Amino acid sequence: MRIGQRVLLASVGIYLLLFFGPLAGFDLFRVIGEIANKPSTLLQQLLIGLANGSLLALIALGYTLVYGIIELVNFAHGDVYMLGAFMSLTVIGAFNVDKGSSPAIKATAIVVAFLSAVVFTAGVNALIERVAYRRLRNAPRLAVLISAIGMSFIVQNVGLFWGSLRAFFPIMGVNSAAPKAFPDLIGRIDVFKDILHIDVPIAFNTKDLLVIVMASVLMIGLRLFVQYTKLGKAMRATAENRDAAKIMGIDVDRVISFTFLLGGALAGAAGLLVGLYNNTAVFTMGFTAGLRAFTAAVVGGIGNITGAMLGGMLIGILAAFSDQYFSSRWTNAWVFAVLVMVMVFRPTGLLGESVGQKA
Amino acid sequence: MLELKDVHTYYGNIHALKGISLTVDDGEIVTLIGSNGAGKTTTLRTIQGLIRPRHGTITLNGEDLTKVPAHEITSKGVSQSPEGRLIFPRMTVKENLEMGAFARKDKDGIKRDMERVFTVFPRLKERISQKGGTLSGGEQQMLAMGRALMANPRVLLLDEPSMGLSPILVEQIFKIISELHAQGTTILLVEQNARMALSIASRGYVLQTGEIRLQGPAARLRDDEDVRKTYLGEH
Ligand SMILES: Nc1ncnc2c1ncn2[C@@H]1O[C@H](COP(=O)(O)OP(=O)(O)OP(=O)(O)O)[C@@H](O)[C@H]1O
Ligand SMILES: [Mg+2]
Repeated sequence: MRIGQRVLLASVGIYLLLFFGPLAGFDLFRVIGEIANKPSTLLQQLLIGLANGSLLALIALGYTLVYGIIELVNFAHGDVYMLGAFMSLTVIGAFNVDKGSSPAIKATAIVVAFLSAVVFTAGVNALIERVAYRRLRNAPRLAVLISAIGMSFIVQNVGLFWGSLRAFFPIMGVNSAAPKAFPDLIGRIDVFKDILHIDVPIAFNTKDLLVIVMASVLMIGLRLFVQYTKLGKAMRATAENRDAAKIMGIDVDRVISFTFLLGGALAGAAGLLVGLYNNTAVFTMGFTAGLRAFTAAVVGGIGNITGAMLGGMLIGILAAFSDQYFSSRWTNAWVFAVLVMVMVFRPTGLLGESVGQKA
Repeated sequence: MLELKDVHTYYGNIHALKGISLTVDDGEIVTLIGSNGAGKTTTLRTIQGLIRPRHGTITLNGEDLTKVPAHEITSKGVSQSPEGRLIFPRMTVKENLEMGAFARKDKDGIKRDMERVFTVFPRLKERISQKGGTLSGGEQQMLAMGRALMANPRVLLLDEPSMGLSPILVEQIFKIISELHAQGTTILLVEQNARMALSIASRGYVLQTGEIRLQGPAARLRDDEDVRKTYLGEH
């Protein structure tokens, strides 16, 4: 795009923002006033944004890993994450734990739920690739895309059905489509006030800590894995050039399966963490979270692992700011406005490389 | 050792190879020449298992490769520097070379071959931690050849290694190919630069629209009237 066009587009954008922004809660003077009045709220929202953003990043990684390797938007990915939350809920239900149980039992339930959810969603995601995408590897793009949308609906309905199995899993409650109560096993103990005994005006509790620490560990682990292990290098090689990877002696089908396993595992972990964080799970949660996570992946530069993490954090923080300072009803609109802006001004995403460089 | 018998390869309905038969013996350099679209690349891709022939057989030391998956063909001793080089642009030179040895387990051998590649292409050693995509065309060609050598292949397939290089670099690349041959590497060389290819090969095949038109010792092909007119640009 020529510079002149960009300037024009930017001016039109700013004009629209100033006139219509206040409708969507964007009233710059009020926002600045609020921030000046109580700056600690800004920090508080930053923390909330980081916690939600790390969860989004975990899901975004699944989109980006798969896109990077076979250039497919795996629409079912968000729903696989939902299955992770349902699996965790089922396991925790089987342990029959709740807020009042002893810490040892709670911890055991969480660890078992984590392992079951991760193994289950990894398997489901790899199975989806095997049945719905592999045969279409050389088919036109549209065919695979439609197959992916179909898988998304199927998985969502599996969730709906699962939610109706209260005869086997009482924790699912009476109404199959309604949000399920996810037991509050972590609790909200304030890290600064109650553990460190520091008096600060922001609240940062054990749930935030758990989510941020777990997500960071998983993401750093993934980054190191892809950078240094043999299988990680095979993933990068397959993503960069599939034919060349075959010539190297890489079993490309296995590497692709493994990539789906990895993305699914991260989604399963996110499913458990979200359950523990928000204490609710519903069969449509994968659709909404998936949309935001996909946006995060695109904003960061789809196919780029660091980009997905960055995009997740940015979208998380943006959403927290919008909830606080603009209007929570308009948060999705703001998220997608950012998506559109990025697409217009930097179509490759923040850290993405141009497609031409890939050849 | 490498033998193709009546190989037919298709792209959908396009009949790209119409019964190719050729052999490459141990320690030979054999060249496959032909104009644009003759099927040279298709032949190499078929040998590597990247496309499957519809008829015919490909054998390496008597072992049938026709149904072996591509990634196993590499570990059986076939590697190539493909058309367009296909290096990994976002991996470093070192990582690119390591990928070449992906199918191998003998750490010492891999180390030795890495040293050998650096002796043959000192330029790559200077660029060792640079990303493949930042190399010049000639350097990328060296990297693609070095990467293929890292597999320690029994047969090395080279697809137009002189493509897009300056005359000086072409000379250099051909000199390196002769050196590799002198060190005992068996090579099947695809070239549009027929003059250079015939000057270092022992035998040659001339491919035209998916069929072998002519074959024989390189010296005889060089003297052939048709070859001189069509591929060497002499009148
Ligand atoms: N992916 C493809 N799909 C359809 N047809 C193809 C494909 N690749 C090659 N062909 C056709 O197969 C024939 C042989 O192509 P090939 O690339 O093997 O030729 P080549 O001898 O390597 O030519 P060049 O010297 O231009 O590299 C050509 O007619 C080409 O158009
Ligand atoms: Mg070719």
